[in-house]
Amino acid sequence: MTVHEIRTRQSESKRGDASDGAIFAEAVGGRLSRVDGPAKITGAAKYAVEQQLEGLSHAVLVESTIAAGKVRSIDTAAAESAPGVLLVLTPDNVLRLNTATDWLGTPPPDVPYCPLARDITFSGQHVAAVVAESFEQAVAAAALVKVSYDETPAIVDLDDPKAGDGIPVDTMTKEWGDAQAAFTAAPVRICAAYNTPREYQAPMEPHGLIAHWQGDRLTVWEPSQWLDGMARTYAEWFGVPFENVRLVSPYIGGGFGSKAFAYGYGAVAAMAAKMLGRPVKLAVTRPQTFTAYGGRAATRQTVALGADAEGRIQSIVHRGVNETSVDGMWVEPLGSVTSIMYATPNFSSRQNVVRVNTVVPGALRAPGENPSAFGIESAIDELAYEVGIDPLEIRLRNYAEQDPEVKKPWSTRQLREAFAVGAAAFGWSKRPREPRSMRDGNQLIGWGVAAGTYPVRRAYGEAMVRILTDGSVEVESSSIDMGQGTYTILAQTAAEVVGVPAENVVVKLGDSRYARAGVTGGSRLAGVMTGAVHKAATAALDELVGLAISDPNSPFHALQANTLVVSEGRIRSPRGDGPDVSIAELLGSVGREQIEAMGDTTPATWTAEDRYKNNTTITMALPHTEGDYSRHSWCAHFIEVRVDEDFGTVRVSRVVSALDSGRLYNPKLAESQWKGGIIMGIGQALLEEGIVDRRHGRIVNNNLADYLIATNADIPDIEVISVGIPDLHSSLLGGKGVGELGIVGVAPAIANAVFHATGKRVRDLPITLEKLI
Amino acid sequence: MRDFSYLRANSVDAACQAAALPGAMLLAGGTTLIDLAKCGVTEPETVVDISHLKGLDTITVDDRGVTIGALARMSSVADHAEIKSRFPAVSEALWQAASAQLRNMATIGGNLMQRTRCPYFRDPANFPACNKRTPGSGCSAIGGVTRGHAVLGTSEACIATYPGDLATALVAFDATVHLGDRQVAADDFFLLPGATPHREHAIEPGEVITAISIPASAAAGRSTYLKVRDRQSYEFAAASAAVGIEFEADGRTIRDLRVALGGVATKPWRARAVEEALKGKLLEADIVKQASLLAIEGAVDHGANHYKIELAPRVVARAILKVGETA
Ligand SMILES: Cc1cc2nc3c(=O)[nH]c(=O)nc-3n(C[C@H](O)[C@H](O)[C@H](O)COP(=O)(O)OP(=O)(O)OC[C@H]3O[C@@H](n4cnc5c(N)ncnc54)[C@H](O)[C@@H]3O)c2cc1C
Ligand code: SF4
Repeated sequence: MTVHEIRTRQSESKRGDASDGAIFAEAVGGRLSRVDGPAKITGAAKYAVEQQLEGLSHAVLVESTIAAGKVRSIDTAAAESAPGVLLVLTPDNVLRLNTATDWLGTPPPDVPYCPLARDITFSGQHVAAVVAESFEQAVAAAALVKVSYDETPAIVDLDDPKAGDGIPVDTMTKEWGDAQAAFTAAPVRICAAYNTPREYQAPMEPHGLIAHWQGDRLTVWEPSQWLDGMARTYAEWFGVPFENVRLVSPYIGGGFGSKAFAYGYGAVAAMAAKMLGRPVKLAVTRPQTFTAYGGRAATRQTVALGADAEGRIQSIVHRGVNETSVDGMWVEPLGSVTSIMYATPNFSSRQNVVRVNTVVPGALRAPGENPSAFGIESAIDELAYEVGIDPLEIRLRNYAEQDPEVKKPWSTRQLREAFAVGAAAFGWSKRPREPRSMRDGNQLIGWGVAAGTYPVRRAYGEAMVRILTDGSVEVESSSIDMGQGTYTILAQTAAEVVGVPAENVVVKLGDSRYARAGVTGGSRLAGVMTGAVHKAATAALDELVGLAISDPNSPFHALQANTLVVSEGRIRSPRGDGPDVSIAELLGSVGREQIEAMGDTTPATWTAEDRYKNNTTITMALPHTEGDYSRHSWCAHFIEVRVDEDFGTVRVSRVVSALDSGRLYNPKLAESQWKGGIIMGIGQALLEEGIVDRRHGRIVNNNLADYLIATNADIPDIEVISVGIPDLHSSLLGGKGVGELGIVGVAPAIANAVFHATGKRVRDLPITLEKLI
Repeated sequence: MRDFSYLRANSVDAACQAAALPGAMLLAGGTTLIDLAKCGVTEPETVVDISHLKGLDTITVDDRGVTIGALARMSSVADHAEIKSRFPAVSEALWQAASAQLRNMATIGGNLMQRTRCPYFRDPANFPACNKRTPGSGCSAIGGVTRGHAVLGTSEACIATYPGDLATALVAFDATVHLGDRQVAADDFFLLPGATPHREHAIEPGEVITAISIPASAAAGRSTYLKVRDRQSYEFAAASAAVGIEFEADGRTIRDLRVALGGVATKPWRARAVEEALKGKLLEADIVKQASLLAIEGAVDHGANHYKIELAPRVVARAILKVGETA
């Protein structure tokens, strides 16, 4: 069942409360509930790998049990003769695939791509796969594949003596003034190291796909944050035209950055489907979600702050390191918040990456900004105590009135407002300065503050809007909804522009046959797509009104009006004289089936090649500092923790966050996203950590019982307050990013609160009980 | 997952007979069995489904105590009014275990039989050495990631923690495990690893747990289960304590005390030394804290689990003071 079918059966969503000046829940800025909610709650929403296909076979991966070395041999005899087995894939019998262009548009080397490894660079790497009639048969046969290895010593993590200092990433270097000298000369100095462990996206819906070839056309049902990007990868791997690959991803059960790319298992499934001439399903198991693609890289930072006696920063010296894999490159930009949060005349940030035997790390909610904020927002708190002033006051004293790095004004920066509003709602002024000064029985209570930020990533988009015979409106885009609310806000946008109730708008997403779209990541989608839909819907409305005015069969023909208004699905003259007909009636009388309009925000000069690049790489995106402004979302988190003095357990008991995401297209959904980010931040601060067996270079807690994400019981009521104002430098309708912002700054706010409660500064996440006991 | 045959038992006798077949395993709620089959740890040849057996899920309370059928669900026992009032530690141990979904499926018999969460035990493909799984193959945990491993009752062969909560309360209150007509004290039902960590329970092939019974006592009536962990819910204990107390008529002198520890030992760990040290004493914080240190006598850590040695006595002391101080 589609969203629309469910909604039309329910058709319950009427007017809600208003905000941002919008009158109806259905208009942009209204608090319309998620239109895909009922489908998900009732189970009617069909996820990618739930498609039922005739002749479906099942693939199961065989993974390396060593972290470094070579595959000596693979004995497939027992697996091949096991019941139901159709194919055992090893590096010896794979199809030859091409290497594909990456997301940065880097032209691929002319070497074949093999998703099954002979050279092992991490534990859990795919070395073989078994395809069978049933999933159970494939699992059983996969256990019979005997792989023998020549093992070599692995570099297990950043602490491994073999890891070394790593490779300098020059593009991450940021310098102004003479940071080292200014630090040495500063009357007040602090310098500390801050570490974050490997963290994982842990989406509720694990990855997987169904691949189906018909001739040289490939259809892939796969949860995806980027249909066109992934379609391009599949097309290039198999050497077929881009148009021949169709990706379908109607719903996504959480991505958090992990579902933007086609990974090796996708190549395995599509290859097997091609070889067998049958559709193949490959569902990644929960343990494999820790190694089939990467989570957030482990990071190390040192932050040195030099300040005057009043706490005014004179210098920031920052050094960062993140893990990457042996043969891949992942840079987690650790200086991204460090360089913009506070005004400083002297600054230096450098970063290295260190190769270790892991899967190449990947994007996880606010890559870069998140660990970066843990460093600087912990360090500034330490400085506040060193100087002896309030942690909020020190942030205001060092407030950056413009972007200190590029020296441009902010487009909008409601951070001072966020501090003020958040502090008032939290009651910050009642905070005693000294650590360990609030207690309730065995519980030490602490209050912490930290700021967060995320850049406005801008790109171009296109959308199709149709006004159908029955007066309803259809929006099509190959962008996606992974729970953040795309279905809903695009319905609101089209409804407002065309003048119909939102429940009469059907939004179709998640199929690469629809109007092309770029990546859903970096909190850019809402800004890009509301703009595109706004344009397309405006074009459709113009055509509708044009027809009504000029078509000889239109009831308005005699009126000789030069414009008409459409609202609630009915057309009238602005003065109210003359006819009053529904859109359906008008289309009927003029004999039109439908009105169809494409709209885009792309420059008029763009070629088809430019559009292709826009949709399949990130090369056409606009830097957030392009032009005259520096564009970012901002937030301030105020958090209370209770630490059991005997047990070391930390409970977050209160969160008040004030956030500036510019104009909110739907405050209800934005609040949910912020809260989701804050919840993930609580897990990051207190629980989440991929634990490596250092003898084997293997993650041992690769399941959801042992890799701890926050449960409902860990989460108090969270108060989020919007302090944003429309930012037209950031997007057509004035919004800035929402999705990643909320998590940034949560972990340092908690660590700062823990210090306030206990007097212990924990600089290694997560803050588990043994660190406080 | 290997093919297996499936039998649905229609009587306890039939279940016992089927359970005696080589490679046979009982299936109750399935939350442990199916999980371990997916990990490749258990490969039953025959699955004997006892979940439909009639009459095994009853809970009977009388003056002498409570008898809980082996098929009673964790959630029904946790919510049972008389268990809540007369054996609060048992109810509390259950509702703090696992998750609501698991508690609605899982049975009391299966709960006692749950296996360790040692990550090496659960990953045979990557860690072939595990004495508990394959006797004599070695122990992958020693020298590895040991944050959750036991500090009490360990051996050179195995340091795996017994993970369950309920059994900790059962051991504290002298419960009995009923294997048909044979009865075994709960404390004896769970075995120390010694040189044979693959033997975990005093149950023989062909035996089925039919019920557990807990004798009524004043200490059980004034009891609590305190579970400490990083995550507030859905996590095994870093350390836990089941504690019950009975005072003399003066309301201050300890007449009877029961203490058992969870999450720190290779089996549910009765801390008799703490009990003996405090019997006849007044309930005072300092005395209790001092005595609680006896709970970890003989403890041996393996690096990352050292904190359990600090934590366990504090949990015991807090639990004793909590039940003692509440009127
Ligand atoms: C993610 C997760 C978290 C958990 N967290 C906790 C926790 O915090 N605390 C806690 O205490 N437990 C926890 N558990 C364990 C859970 O309580 C057990 O899985 C459950 O109680 C087992 O009961 P069951 O009926 O599902 O057993 P089954 O899976 O059906 O059986 C388990 C074992 O017992 C045997 N068996 C079953 N019934 C009998 C019987 N009558 N006689 C003899 N043998 C029998 C089976 O053959 C099998 O070997 C957790 C489990 C999971 C999966
Ligand atoms: S501690 Fe016990 S269960 Fe864990 S690996 Fe060692 S022998 Fe196996």
